[in-house]
Amino acid sequence: MSTIEMTLAGFGGQGLLFAGKMMAYAGLIDGKEVSWMPSYGPEMRGGTASCSVVVSDTAIGSPIVTEPDVLIAMNRPSFLKFIDAVKPGGTVIIDSTMVEDRPERTDINFFAVPATDIAEENGLKGLANVILVSKLNKELGIVSDESLKAAVPKCVSLRHQDMLEYNKQALEIGAQQ
Amino acid sequence: MKGNEAMAESAIRAGCRFFFGYPITPQTEVSAYMSKVMPKIGGLFLQAESEVAAINMVYGASSAGARVMTSSSSPGISLKSEGVSYLCGSDLPAVFANVERGGPGLGSIQPSQSDYYQATRGLGHGDFHVLVYAPSTVQETADLIYMAFDKADEYRMPAMLLTDGMIGQMMEPVVLPDPIEKLPEKPWATNGTGMKRVHNISNSLYLDAQKLEDIVVNREKRYDKIRATEQKYEAYRTEDAEIVVVAFGASARISRNAVDAAREEGIKAGLFRPISLWPFPNDALLEIAKSARTFLSVEMNMGQMVDDIRLAIHDTRDVNFFGHTGGVIPQSSEVLACIQKLEAGEHVHMVPFHSRYTGGDQ
Amino acid sequence: MAETEELKVVRPHALTDVPFSYCPGCGHGIVSRALAELIDEMGLEGDTIGVCPVGCSVTMYDFFSCDMVEAAHGRAPAVATGIKRVLPDKFVFSYQGDGDLASIGMAETVHAATRGENITVIFINNAIYGMTGGQMAPTSLPGQVTQTSPYGRDVKVAGYPIRVCELVSQLDGTAFAQRVTVDTPAHVNQMKKAIKKGIEYQQQKLGYSIIEVLSPCSTNWGLDPVGAMKWLRENMIPYYPLGVYKDVKANKEA
Repeated sequence: MSTIEMTLAGFGGQGLLFAGKMMAYAGLIDGKEVSWMPSYGPEMRGGTASCSVVVSDTAIGSPIVTEPDVLIAMNRPSFLKFIDAVKPGGTVIIDSTMVEDRPERTDINFFAVPATDIAEENGLKGLANVILVSKLNKELGIVSDESLKAAVPKCVSLRHQDMLEYNKQALEIGAQQ
Repeated sequence: MKGNEAMAESAIRAGCRFFFGYPITPQTEVSAYMSKVMPKIGGLFLQAESEVAAINMVYGASSAGARVMTSSSSPGISLKSEGVSYLCGSDLPAVFANVERGGPGLGSIQPSQSDYYQATRGLGHGDFHVLVYAPSTVQETADLIYMAFDKADEYRMPAMLLTDGMIGQMMEPVVLPDPIEKLPEKPWATNGTGMKRVHNISNSLYLDAQKLEDIVVNREKRYDKIRATEQKYEAYRTEDAEIVVVAFGASARISRNAVDAAREEGIKAGLFRPISLWPFPNDALLEIAKSARTFLSVEMNMGQMVDDIRLAIHDTRDVNFFGHTGGVIPQSSEVLACIQKLEAGEHVHMVPFHSRYTGGDQ
Repeated sequence: MAETEELKVVRPHALTDVPFSYCPGCGHGIVSRALAELIDEMGLEGDTIGVCPVGCSVTMYDFFSCDMVEAAHGRAPAVATGIKRVLPDKFVFSYQGDGDLASIGMAETVHAATRGENITVIFINNAIYGMTGGQMAPTSLPGQVTQTSPYGRDVKVAGYPIRVCELVSQLDGTAFAQRVTVDTPAHVNQMKKAIKKGIEYQQQKLGYSIIEVLSPCSTNWGLDPVGAMKWLRENMIPYYPLGVYKDVKANKEA
């Protein structure tokens, strides 16, 4: 791997920005170059929230990803908006609880994970984002598993330290998908 | 840390205890961070009623001797330009940041570098300059804002951090500078005579034309010293470069990747990155022009830096241009395509409209 | 041998030896002097930072011996805010005319007041732009002839004058607002007392205080000094009634 460019997108509140931060932090712990860039402005209000994450062995140019190697889509508008931008040979993971569509493209690796349902079944409401990130890392090994685990306490705010254990559970469940 | 947050924290570590803000995208994190931290450290965050009021509060606080800062984005900087002119006219130090967005007018809220002329030519009326620093990483955002406070005090003039929505919003690892221990003395401050000295005056009005000329000429001597000693830049793979890309801030990050890709193809490309936009790093660029064959300016605007490059190299080489504007981000593949054209002996002057709608061709 | 008491007029220490640049018959000199006397009497000179405006008092920094800051047009309350926030224990005043305070600087005025900014504002209302040569001001009276209202201020076109004390007294941050004038010695004494109160309220950290002084501009009104005082009495005072519009201490005591 030299450079992996990721787009994570969904509704505001689904935790896509948080999930992106986890990947970036894990990359940082692995000693890689990383960047994290949110979309901002009116589009963040109630609509689709997305962020770009780049994990690389070399210095990162633009932190804004326009042709991602990886797309995680947690709602239908995000899936429709970004599916065609994914590089041929890229990886697409959707939360199939939220997105019924399937890609017409055949030149990508596609995974449908009912992450929201899985999270609820396991008493981990709101952690579908973490399940998807874990699934992604299982498939592509972008960062080490240890680093991904170690990134959790770095990303969870002080106010939400009680969520640490749930996040770790979500990582484990995601890796089993 | 986000670029904007790193900026705010580093400013605090540089001794800034007064921040006067007004909300505008994409700089709002600076204000938000200040409002969170300042009350806890005995500092002040005050949300002003306008950009105009904010910069004039900065003027008052600076006059009183404090390290003080404000930040905004392009449309707000236009409003602040009045106060910046007064700060310069009264020889008061202050630091302000422009997290640029597309313009003119309300423009867009996406990253841009289209305030280059405004920043480097004249940010307000009158004969004056402000120090302008353009970071290209979150780390450099922290480093340069810290330095900006020192330079502003040293030269008793405003210093601006010219960044953009990309550098401001993105998150990268950053090592923050240590908190400053000792702030410089300011015997000129209007903080009360204590009946121990003649009164200090902060003023930019001189009804006697000759007196004003003397003062402006004297200030220019200070500017000459700055031009001679404060040029900052980074030269990357330029030693043997035939094609030199010139880019600052966000567009320099993108250009660096293109230069690396070109080198892999055996093209002798390099990157010259101005860090101080005023003073512009003329001397180093002129030196590079002795061995380089041609230059390519890459900007997120319509080519506002081209003039400065031409002046720096005394027009001895071609200066080509590639850019995007309005908040559209150039791709390193596009920059690479331009470098390849230059390698083939062609000229490049790509305006964004063409490059966008004809797939990168002229 | 009859003893004669010598009446000595002493220049306040808070004034430099630079002579005022105001026109004969102007009210600025009276107010500036009263302020300087108060700075002396209250022992404040070493702890005072004054902010002067753009207008006839623009070079006031040359007249006062305390530290002085020249503000951009209308921005004196913002500049004073910056100073006061850095130096909360010093006495900070701004001195502004009607164009500066109530037109271009109205936003700064209203917001400094509503923030309860602990500064003292001395507001010279002479119903005209003096320094630029007699244009219509936000406080010019209906029908008043000026260079830019040559047929008299037509309220259908130019709108109505602003009554500043009435306006800022509505704001919770305003501690003290009084309108005074300088047409008689008694009124001059009242003016000085009002400014003193404004200073004291600042020392007690009560918030924003404003002393509006109705002041003659014989030059731009086109009247001799005595005629200007008469015009002020007959035209300005009826439109801008004198009195205390806000006094947080009086309200509490009542």
